[in-house]
Amino acid sequence: MVLSKSASPVIETSELSLTFETGDGPVHALSDISLTINKGEFVSLIGPSGCGKTTLMRVIADLEQPTEGSISVNGMSPHEARLKRAYGYVFQAPALYPWRTIGKNIALPLEIMGYSKEERAERVRKGLELVNLTGFEKKFPWQLSGGMQQRASIARALSFDPDLLLMDEPFGALDEIVRDKLNEQLLRLWEKTQKTVVFVTHSIPEAVFLSTKIVVMSPRPGKIHDVIECHFPTDRTLDIRETPEFLDVANRVRQGLREGHSYVD
Amino acid sequence: MLNALWQGKTLPVLAVCAVLAVFWYAGSVWLNADMQRDAFANAGKTDFTMAELIEGTWSQERPKLPTPGQILVELNKTVLDTAPTSKRSLVYHGSVTVSATLLGFLIGSVLGMGLAVLVVHVKSLDRSLMPWVVASQTIPIIALAPMIVVIMNQFDITGLVPKAVIAAYLSFFPVTVGMVKGLRSPDPLQLDLMRTYSADRSQIFMKLRVPASMPFLFASLKVAVAASLVGTVVAELTKSEDGGFGARLLAGSYYGQTIQIWSALFAAAACAWVLVTLVGIADRLVTRAMGARP
Repeated sequence: MVLSKSASPVIETSELSLTFETGDGPVHALSDISLTINKGEFVSLIGPSGCGKTTLMRVIADLEQPTEGSISVNGMSPHEARLKRAYGYVFQAPALYPWRTIGKNIALPLEIMGYSKEERAERVRKGLELVNLTGFEKKFPWQLSGGMQQRASIARALSFDPDLLLMDEPFGALDEIVRDKLNEQLLRLWEKTQKTVVFVTHSIPEAVFLSTKIVVMSPRPGKIHDVIECHFPTDRTLDIRETPEFLDVANRVRQGLREGHSYVD
Repeated sequence: MLNALWQGKTLPVLAVCAVLAVFWYAGSVWLNADMQRDAFANAGKTDFTMAELIEGTWSQERPKLPTPGQILVELNKTVLDTAPTSKRSLVYHGSVTVSATLLGFLIGSVLGMGLAVLVVHVKSLDRSLMPWVVASQTIPIIALAPMIVVIMNQFDITGLVPKAVIAAYLSFFPVTVGMVKGLRSPDPLQLDLMRTYSADRSQIFMKLRVPASMPFLFASLKVAVAASLVGTVVAELTKSEDGGFGARLLAGSYYGQTIQIWSALFAAAACAWVLVTLVGIADRLVTRAMGARP
């Protein structure tokens, strides 16, 4: 098992809770979340809308503040980790700046972090290569398809080489054909870069295909219902989705979602 | 050929112009007929034909409503046939007005952008400054202009500057309003992205807010440059000794020279059109460089 290698935790949360105060009273977005994510893991957070998976991700990224409990990222507070530029964040939308070319978009974090011009050019080149967008450097975002834009945003998140990649439903807005392709590419990318990935999704096949650990969440209040380990060979392709092992795990995830009252009609 | 013209702008614009001209000439007849009858009566001419009457209404020296033809003749005379250095030349007056307009536009735009940056970055200023900015525009400029001229005169500031200040007073407002909206236009996602890079405020400003504000800025600059010209013309009504379109309008109305007034108005409108077009071209160049779809 992976655990036998000295597993060093990248993210540790303990009894984490977050309550939004709204006009209609408090909303318990997260409740009692205790979770450890180790270095090199690919962890998917899966659950229906409103289960707090995106909120949990935003807490890790220091975009939201927890109201109770503790969380550490790389052994620091999320705030310190953010200031140290510990993670790259991929949003549901590509969020490319429309006035920048693809190359310049990928260079944006590098400019902010003060990389030299030569270093930026080199990293942009590598980034484009990594997501198969070589040749599109001078194009503006609107000239690219949705899937290409999202790949550019992944290259942007990886450009400054953070060890941790936070991906919030990055392929949620794409059609299934593109999505399958990007899933495979992401897996290769993860294999190649050895990053720790936290991945939010509501697609069961996507979660099972990509993850080493699947965290099933349930809504109102958002909490962890089940944590499922799965270890398919790293060189797996989409064909694995037809195998009994894959379907077993997928069933367990579906079961977990059902128990979490996610399928109440 | 004709079809192509219809699809372009040329023919529709010409058609609208022709319709306007017809109404205009008819209006000239209607408004000037009384005076023409009086003129015939004074000359002892009682049996005039309709054609003579219409002919007369279109060729008076000080008509109530001059015809487009009379205005064009006057424009031709004062723009092309008069030396540009002469005080009778509209080119001379135009250059006086446009130079004050441009200086005022420059001051107003810089002031407007500066205020916008302050309003967006300092929360208390948003509450305290914005109402004053709005209130400043509720004072009629025609009432304020003489006071600005007199007060600046007191400090020995004369010539171009007081007029430019009045022009700036009118032009900073659209720039402030547009730029504030533009600087606030980035959506939460674009701002979150900057936060994940722990970008500081100046980086967020330069790399996100400013580029995002450009379309808003140019839209308001177009309004501002036209407002600046209006401000200058109003200022010239107060400070007519330096010349300019405003001085021409004032002199024309003193002596009942309606043709002179109308030609000054046309020339001012043409200048405003040129200025707005120039801003439009700058807009297109900038947005094209910023990756806008052609």
